[in-house]
Amino acid sequence: MSFLNESILTLILLAPLAGAVLVALLPDRGKLPAWVALLTTLVTFVLTLHLPAHFVLAQHGFQFEINTLWIENPAIYYHVGVDGLSLWLVVLVGLLAPIGIVASWNAIERRRKIFYSLFLVQQTAMLGVFLSLDLILYYGFWELSLVPMAVLIAMFGRKDGARAALKFFLFTFIPSAPLLVAILWLYARTGTFDFSELQMLIASGGLPAGPLCWVAVAFLFAFAVKVPVFPLHGWLADTYSEAPVALAMVVAGKLGLYSMLRFHIGLFPVQARALAPWLIALAVIGLLYGACLALVQRDFWRLLAFASLSHLSLIVLGIYGLTFTGWDGAIYQILNHGVVDGALFLLLGILEVRYATSQIASYGGLAARLPQTATLFVITSLAMIGLPMLNGFVGEFLILSSTFTGVSRGWAATATIGVILGAAYMLWLVQRIFYGPQSDLATSRPARDLHAAELAVLWPLAVLMLVMGLAPSIWIPAIENRTGPPTVKGTAALSSPALTVAVLKEAANESRR
Amino acid sequence: MNPGDSLRILPEIVLTLTGVLIMLVDASLPPRAPRRTLGWVAALGVTLSLWASLWQLSLPVGTAFYSTVETSPFTVFFHVLICGIVLVVLLLSLDTLPEDSHHQGEYYALIVFGAVGMCLLTSAIELLVIFIALEISSISTYILAGYRKGSGRGPEAALKYFLLGSFATGFLLYGIAMAFGASGTTQIYELAQLLPASPNHLLVTAAMALMLVGILFKVSAAPFHVWTPDVYEGAPSPVVALMSTAPKAAAFALLLRIIYEVFPTLRQEWAPLLWCVAVLSMTVGNLAALRQQNVKRMLGYSSIAHAGYLLAALAGLGASGIAAASFYTAAYAAMNVGIFAVITLVSGYDDERTLIADYRGLIYRAPVLGILLIFFLTSLVGIPFTAGFFGKFYAFAAAMGGNANWLALIGLLNSGLAAAYYLRLAFVSVQAPPEETRQRLALPRVGVAVAAALLFTVGATFLLGVVPTRALQAVETGAHTLQVPSAEPAPAAVSAATQQVP
Repeated sequence: MSFLNESILTLILLAPLAGAVLVALLPDRGKLPAWVALLTTLVTFVLTLHLPAHFVLAQHGFQFEINTLWIENPAIYYHVGVDGLSLWLVVLVGLLAPIGIVASWNAIERRRKIFYSLFLVQQTAMLGVFLSLDLILYYGFWELSLVPMAVLIAMFGRKDGARAALKFFLFTFIPSAPLLVAILWLYARTGTFDFSELQMLIASGGLPAGPLCWVAVAFLFAFAVKVPVFPLHGWLADTYSEAPVALAMVVAGKLGLYSMLRFHIGLFPVQARALAPWLIALAVIGLLYGACLALVQRDFWRLLAFASLSHLSLIVLGIYGLTFTGWDGAIYQILNHGVVDGALFLLLGILEVRYATSQIASYGGLAARLPQTATLFVITSLAMIGLPMLNGFVGEFLILSSTFTGVSRGWAATATIGVILGAAYMLWLVQRIFYGPQSDLATSRPARDLHAAELAVLWPLAVLMLVMGLAPSIWIPAIENRTGPPTVKGTAALSSPALTVAVLKEAANESRR
Repeated sequence: MNPGDSLRILPEIVLTLTGVLIMLVDASLPPRAPRRTLGWVAALGVTLSLWASLWQLSLPVGTAFYSTVETSPFTVFFHVLICGIVLVVLLLSLDTLPEDSHHQGEYYALIVFGAVGMCLLTSAIELLVIFIALEISSISTYILAGYRKGSGRGPEAALKYFLLGSFATGFLLYGIAMAFGASGTTQIYELAQLLPASPNHLLVTAAMALMLVGILFKVSAAPFHVWTPDVYEGAPSPVVALMSTAPKAAAFALLLRIIYEVFPTLRQEWAPLLWCVAVLSMTVGNLAALRQQNVKRMLGYSSIAHAGYLLAALAGLGASGIAAASFYTAAYAAMNVGIFAVITLVSGYDDERTLIADYRGLIYRAPVLGILLIFFLTSLVGIPFTAGFFGKFYAFAAAMGGNANWLALIGLLNSGLAAAYYLRLAFVSVQAPPEETRQRLALPRVGVAVAAALLFTVGATFLLGVVPTRALQAVETGAHTLQVPSAEPAPAAVSAATQQVP
């Protein structure tokens, strides 16, 4: 068992890669690539489940660490490890991968071999981002994650894939140029790329403050585009409406948000503090702006894109509120967003495959014909809105309450308006697609409700949403055991971690009444 | 001269004998006889020369022939690199040259003679020998550039390259003359000692500037780049694979030798100059490449941009800059020869498919070529785990080590810009082709030779990106041996001068 603990992270990284090679070598016959890919992702998922099963709550710092020299000069290490911040995110990536395969099962009809092998490479890249603790290793996976994504968008785009792919690629690639310069600057001054060492060296204050401020801005800029944060979201809508479902569900959010928490706030707490008011303002603007635009979209992929902008902005608000409770809420909400968005993408993808359009106006009255789809869609929408007892509520509550008490009542109140708008566009979407008179489109096609594989994926997700809403205490203790930024003098707003549990208990009582 | 001296030029001797042998056999064969075997002879000779270069590592570092050539890990690294490139290009040509061409013998001989010049260029330490080596390599490249006599563009390319090239060589020669005038010698080690003490500082600076102009022309750095896209467009693709990498590698080796051995004390003068040339090259190259519709012209401009990235490494201090620049030449050679191999196979010797639009649906029509194209483009973009990333990484890390933060930022933003045109080609190749052209591409016969060439380039691009340790050790050892022996280069003065980088 100790051998497994020592090499589990390498196995997690290699499993999808091995699957990708296997898919590439096997013949492109029928559904063979899809089966191999499904098997690979399931194995990877089981491997990721090893982490929470053997995660020691009492032990502080990174666990399952591997730290071996990769390149001598400059000293680059293969340094991987997990803490509470990345633990569940790794499991989330593992969980979403088989769901992505199921979503592509019927949607991808040609060039399956290329699709599935690139999809698996993408898995390795994303897992690598969450696991890496060496900045160059991290940067490598960060960049690598762009390539399969962009190629697949170009190849399988709905209308003009190449343009959307180029937009996506350049939007994320160009900001990573300053990021690399910043990393190299840190190396030139400190001689290390190691996360923990850099964290201590920066905290000890040996580096010149002026350039360090710019370095922090470069880090933040790269991450903010990837999330995306308000004025940098230009790529999101095109990517959502062009990308294959399996990839669109992982493209936004968690990579950027995780990186903000780990590498921006984690490395540069002082600089992050200085920038926090700006980011809070941008987050609230993005929250409202995304919600307003989502209200007027006619295409459900674009609606989902702006809804995501709105939800991700809420998480950014939680992160840059710089309170422990806010961070717990933010991490929890990243998980929620992954699960809920995954289910929503899967459902909308199913509708698009069946009815060959993403125009909301063409739909109507589907509930009578596809009752199972409608039920699951409503559950997912309610989870997204943040109905108590479902998972969205816990994250939103933690973020908003911490903003209210720890940051500013005004921002919290404004953000709440955005959350209310969120309910409006989601419920309106449900109403336009599933209720009302049956449209021509609905009656013209044979009603095929969800088949077994889809049900086998969607119901567990729905149950997961409920469990995450009722018993967040399964996840929260591990999340709280993270290597936060070294405590900085004068950060009065940081409340104690135990507070989150108290707040949650109160909230649970509230919702039961 | 002692008998051991010839061992110091063993690779060059092997190459020369191979070239002469090919010419003799070619002349004695009847006109219609197949000459493909001559290509294998050339490949064998280059392989032997590669082994000879590696064997030279067992010789102690030293000079021969009255201090005109040198063997050191630095020269061995570039010898191996050049022989490797030439070998891959020969393998590529074996299967793609038209069968009936009775100029095949000359073609192989010219490539091998070119290799003699390039190898000698990296190991010569006497300016006149350097000049002769440069001419040997250039003249064979001029002829090869115009090898498709029938197409009209071939002679145009050759003539342009020849006229501008001779002009640039003139600059180099004039610079050499001035250096001689200031010091009375053309031996590099002696120059290194005499030039800093020379009373005529202006003459020395002018000599340096003129020599730099000549060399920068050879590496196609802006503003001496105008010949590049035209020549690339007109020359046969396998020849472009050669001339975009091997003569450039040799010229960069020469540049390193000149600035770090002859003019290290003039750093505050050449550093700003190279800074400007680097920024100009990458910006001009990338902006122009964005607008190209012809794939070979696009890669021509891209090679200008890559010369800029490489020059950025020279902002690094001492050995780190040399090591980074050497590594970049190897990384660039691996991926660029690779992509031209793919282009040769797609468009054929006669350039049937030249436009980016012609590559539409490549991945459907020739899946393996499509995937290789994307792989090499990814490397040219500089995505991690490929040679291109570590090339850029070390180049800009060296620049940052020399405090040239702005240069690194401009360079990396430029590589972001470059992604736009590389990916345009990649994305066109993955789009579904129009129905009528959906049948498979009629590819030239892919034989053992081409397969081996592709395998070498893919392997090199991948290995340099994942396990670059061995190559790094080689370039670092090389960088430390690139110095004037037993001279006192006044390290304090050098390091003081190096702080002046903008």
